[in-house]
Amino acid sequence: MPKIKYIEHDGKQHTIEVANGLSVMEGAIQNNVPGIDADCGGSMACATCHVYVKEEWFNKLPSKIEGEDDMLDMAFEPKKNSRLSCQITVSDDMDGLEVNLPKKQV
Amino acid sequence: MINTDVVIIGAGPVGLFCAHQLGIIGLKCEIIDNLDKIGGQCIELYPDKPIYDIPAIPECSGEELTNNLIEQIKPFNIKFHLNERVEEIKNENNKWVLKTSKSKEFNAPNIVIAGGVGSFEPRKFAIEECKKFEDKSIFYSVKDKTIFKDKSVAIFGGGDSALDWAIELSKNSKVTLVHRRNEFRGSQSSVDTVKKLEKDGKLEIFTEYQLSAVKGNSSIENIDIKHDDGKIKTLKTDYILGFFGLIMQLGPILNWGLNLDKKTIPVNTENFETNKKGIFAIGDICTYPGKLKLILSGFHEGALAARGCFKYARPDEKYRFEFTTSSKKVKDRLGVKE
Repeated sequence: MPKIKYIEHDGKQHTIEVANGLSVMEGAIQNNVPGIDADCGGSMACATCHVYVKEEWFNKLPSKIEGEDDMLDMAFEPKKNSRLSCQITVSDDMDGLEVNLPKKQV
Repeated sequence: MINTDVVIIGAGPVGLFCAHQLGIIGLKCEIIDNLDKIGGQCIELYPDKPIYDIPAIPECSGEELTNNLIEQIKPFNIKFHLNERVEEIKNENNKWVLKTSKSKEFNAPNIVIAGGVGSFEPRKFAIEECKKFEDKSIFYSVKDKTIFKDKSVAIFGGGDSALDWAIELSKNSKVTLVHRRNEFRGSQSSVDTVKKLEKDGKLEIFTEYQLSAVKGNSSIENIDIKHDDGKIKTLKTDYILGFFGLIMQLGPILNWGLNLDKKTIPVNTENFETNKKGIFAIGDICTYPGKLKLILSGFHEGALAARGCFKYARPDEKYRFEFTTSSKKVKDRLGVKE
């Protein structure tokens, strides 16, 4: 299973094996990684699963679909490498993906 | 003081259908919501997005679903209290007394919390100094546009609120529109208008910029905005408007002594009552083993919670189950003429 590294705002790291087909958000929620809220449950209707994707990974991920950037406008401190983690579906080629979590979600 | 059988907190689809079920069994209710309109997340977050999993409705938008639910509860003449948040509750003689942000008081034996993920509140600027200017020089909604006349206003955001206010205020104020990326999510016609105003020198636009500092003492003197590449620009401005959409916060519900599991309220699955007698929780805000955050689950929860309310609202009566297809009493409540 691909390993995803979640890095909390204070630097604390969680490396989690996430099954293919789950989202990066679900990988965090199912394993109690703090710092991802996912209030809307993954329907791209909020911005509380916001993560910063490590630069070298950002361009390797499938690109954002329409609407994701609109939601990111509402996120806490969005940056160029911001993504909604509910919209990143884990696959084998994402082994080693690193995401940084923002200071807060709401 | 408003006396009723049930106060429903939250005017989303689940709160609305619970009101329907209460009407069917002959109980009165009033609905309170912090938003200025009926429909909850359906109307605030995805009015145009199609929903495909409402039983017997192959496809409908959040707005259509809301309008149909409003239509369905019409026979019961339910009173809505919008733009209002329940701040405090207390128990008096086995009844709940609720106080709202507009100092309205309700008295009812039952409360049904259908609050979704909490009440919607504006997303604010992340910068700490912004707090001290809030409601003085920094606003997240416009209540009185005349204060901006002949002043300079920096508007942040890329949605319709930001664009509409940029257009409106550019008539009498010096407007700067700042957005974190090149694309605006507002309607194309507003984007076109804003771009035209920029070309005509009626307003300025900075994209890929975000607010990085606010300077001033009692009022704002100037602000710094930072480009994605790190470049900083200083702008002189009198007012700042931020339109970043709404976020959901559980708010005062946290202080009501209810058991909480993360941001949800545990309930039993017999009638969706919480650990407090006469307080029920339904829809996205409740949790129990196997909980699905689906609108259809919320409808079921609302139907059972309504029956749960009956015993406290009519302690001397026995609840009797009746079908809408056959009960004369239910048809009368619905105003159906035979």
